[in-house]
Amino acid sequence: MKFTYAVPAGLLAASILFTGCTNNNNSTNTAANSTTATTAPETATATTAPETATADFTSAIDSYRTYVIQQCDEFVKQTESFTNAVKEDKIDEAKALYAPARMYYERIEPIAEALGDLDPNIDARENDVDAAEWRGFHKLEKALWQDNTTKDMTEVADQLLKDAQLLRAKVETVEIDANLLVTGAVELLNEVSSSKVTGEEERYSHTDLYDFVANVEGAQKIYELLKPELAKKDADLEKTIGERFAALQAELAPFKSGDGYVSYEELKEDEVRKLSQNLDALAEPLSNMGTILGV
Amino acid sequence: MNKHNKFTGVPGNPESPPLNDQSKNDPIFGKKLSRRDMLRLTGATGLGLLLGGGGVGGIIAARNAVAEPTKAAEGDSSSIPFYGSHQAGILTPAQNFIYFAAFDFTTTKLADVKKLMQAWTTAAAALTTGELIGDVNDNPNLPPSDTGEADGLNPARCTLTFGVGPSFFDERFGLASKRPALLADLPAFAGDNLDPKWCGGDICVQACADDLQVAFHAIRNLARIARGTAVLRWTQEGFQRTGAADPKGATPRNLLGFKDGTGNPDTTDNAEMNKVVWNSSSDGPSWMSGGTYMAVRRVRLRIEVWDRSSLSDQEATFGRYRHTGAPLGAKDEFDELDLSAADAFGKPVIPANSHSALAHGDGTVKMLRRSYSFSSGLDVTTGQLDAGLLFISFQRDLMKQFVAIQQRLSKTDLLNEYMTHTGSAVFACFPGIRSGGFIGETLLS
Repeated sequence: MKFTYAVPAGLLAASILFTGCTNNNNSTNTAANSTTATTAPETATATTAPETATADFTSAIDSYRTYVIQQCDEFVKQTESFTNAVKEDKIDEAKALYAPARMYYERIEPIAEALGDLDPNIDARENDVDAAEWRGFHKLEKALWQDNTTKDMTEVADQLLKDAQLLRAKVETVEIDANLLVTGAVELLNEVSSSKVTGEEERYSHTDLYDFVANVEGAQKIYELLKPELAKKDADLEKTIGERFAALQAELAPFKSGDGYVSYEELKEDEVRKLSQNLDALAEPLSNMGTILGV
Repeated sequence: MNKHNKFTGVPGNPESPPLNDQSKNDPIFGKKLSRRDMLRLTGATGLGLLLGGGGVGGIIAARNAVAEPTKAAEGDSSSIPFYGSHQAGILTPAQNFIYFAAFDFTTTKLADVKKLMQAWTTAAAALTTGELIGDVNDNPNLPPSDTGEADGLNPARCTLTFGVGPSFFDERFGLASKRPALLADLPAFAGDNLDPKWCGGDICVQACADDLQVAFHAIRNLARIARGTAVLRWTQEGFQRTGAADPKGATPRNLLGFKDGTGNPDTTDNAEMNKVVWNSSSDGPSWMSGGTYMAVRRVRLRIEVWDRSSLSDQEATFGRYRHTGAPLGAKDEFDELDLSAADAFGKPVIPANSHSALAHGDGTVKMLRRSYSFSSGLDVTTGQLDAGLLFISFQRDLMKQFVAIQQRLSKTDLLNEYMTHTGSAVFACFPGIRSGGFIGETLLS
C-alpha cells in the first residue's frame, strides 16, 4: 500500500469527538469540515515537494481533498439512513439504500484502505476476516438478502455508522501527495478488475455495478484533476486515457436502470468479458500517469 | 534498454546457400547427412545450429551463446531471425512449446490496426532476441514496459508468427476487396463439436519457444500492448517432447502414443516448400505472396477410451506400429505406405480407413503439419482429461490441401472414435517482415 498517513493523536481525538457530536446536524458538520480542509494541504504539499519539483500539484491535491471530504460527508449521511432502516427493521428500504450509500465509499476506497483497519471494518466480505471479527456493510448485506431479516443486526448497524464517522474524521489528516493520486486511480480500477467485474463483491445483493461505476468515477476524478499536468507532459497519453474513460462509460450506459444499475445477475458472460476488457484497456494507459511525476 | 541482450547473433547472410546444401557438407559432421539426420540435429539442443526462419533463402544462422561459457548444452540459447522473406515459426523445426493466441480487434479504425502492427513489430523483434521490450524499464514512477518474467532468460528459439482471419476482412476496416478468395471459414466437417470459445479470431499470434515462460511472456506482452485496440479471443498452450528428453530429435509422439509428423514434406527442400506452403503471386492477392495459410484445430482426444483399446486396435486405427512408427507390414518409420499390400485373406495390411491411409490418400496432396499436444486440466462435467492435439498446418491452398484431406478423414477415419474437434480457425499468414517494415505491411500500406 502506497498511501501514507499521519494522524497526530490529539487532532484525531478531536476530530472523532467533533464528528461524533455533530453527526445529527449535517449543516454544522459540513461547515466545520471545510474549515479543517483548508488547513490540511499545507502539510501535504510540504511532504511531497522533493518528488514533484518539476510540476505543481498543489491545486490538484487541494481539490482532491475537498472531493474526498465531500464524498465522506455524504457517505456518513447515507450510511446513517441505511443503518436506521436496518435498525427499524425496514428491510425493503434498507435494501434500496444499501448500494447507493456504498458508492460514496467506493469512489474514495484507496483512501479508506490506507487508514488501517477501516477498510476491513467497513467493507470486508465474508471470509476476508475471521468470522468473529466480521462486521460492516457485507454482513448486513448477507442478513438482508440471504437471510431476509434484520434480527441481531442492530449492533452491526451501529458499529458501521461509527466506522463511517471514524473514516470521515481520519480523512482530514491523510497525507495526500501526487504519487498517492496516481496510484490511487489505478487501484480503483484494480478493485473493479479483481472483485467487481466478477460479481464477487456483492455476492448476495448483486449490486456490483454500483461499486463498479463508483470506482471508475473515483478514478476519473483523479484523472481530471491531473489532466492539465498530464497534457503538458504527455498529450497522447492524456488523450488516450480520456478516450478510454469515455469508451468504458459508453459500455456501462446500457446497464443503467432508473437511478441505479441492473443486477449483476442480468449480465451475460460476453457482457462481463467486454466490460472487463474495456476496463483493462483503460487501466493500462492510466497506470502510466506516473509519467507526470518525472524521474 | 538492450542491456539484457547477452547474445551477439551472427546476422544471417542472404547469400548463404540453403541449409541442406551447406550442412550436408559440413566438415564438422564428417559425412553427408540425410534429411532425417539433419532434422534430428537441428532438433537437438546446444549445437548452436538451427534453421533460419526465412524459407526461400533457407538462411542458416549459426550462433553461440557467448555470455556464459560454463553453461552446459542443456537449453537452447539461440535466437531465430524475426525479419526475413518468410515468417519464422513455419519451416522452423518445432520448438518445445507453443503459446497460441487469437485476438479480436476492438477498434474500427484501420489506422489503429496499423499502429498496433508497428508496435507489435518492434516488440516482436525484441521478444525473439531475448531483449527487454520498451524503453521504460527503470523509471520508479511507472510500471515497467516489459513484464519481466523473461528477463535474463535466453531467447529459446522464440518465433512469433502472425496471420489474419476471414473476419478481419468484414466491413470494419474497408479491406473486404483484399480478402483472398482462398481465405474463408472452414466448412463443417462430420463429427465437429466446435465450441465458439476456441474458434476464429481477427488475428493470430503463434508463439513458439523452447521454454514455455518465454512463449507466454511474448503473448502476454503483445496482449498488453494491444489493450484498447485488440483483445484476446482464445489461447491454447501446447507442448511436444523437449530436446532435453529426446536429444535425438525423433519424430514426436502425440498423446495417443503414436509418432506424429512422419509423413511431413521436407522443409529443407525449397522447391517442395514453394509447392506445398508458400503462396506465389499467381495464387491470389499480391500481398500474400510469400505468405501461407494456416489451419488450426483444437482436437480433444478421448484418452480414457483410447487407453481401453487393445494394441492391435490402436495400430489398426493409425495404420502404423506404435513403437517404431513404421507402416503396418513394414519395418522402418519412413518406409513408404504400401496401401495395396494384402494379407493371406486378401485384406489390406493397412486398413483403408486407418488414419495414415486416409491422410496419405494418393500421396499427391500434402501440407506441412506443425502440431502440439495440449493438456488443459479436467473436463469438470465428466472428470476426464481435457487433453489432445493442437493441430496446426500450413498450406498454399486451404481448400485443396487441408479441407480435402480433412473431408476424407472426417467421414471414415477410424481415429474419429477417439477424438472430437472442439476448436477451429484459419489465418492468412503474412509474408516475412522486412527490416524497417512492419507486420502485415503488404496488406495494410
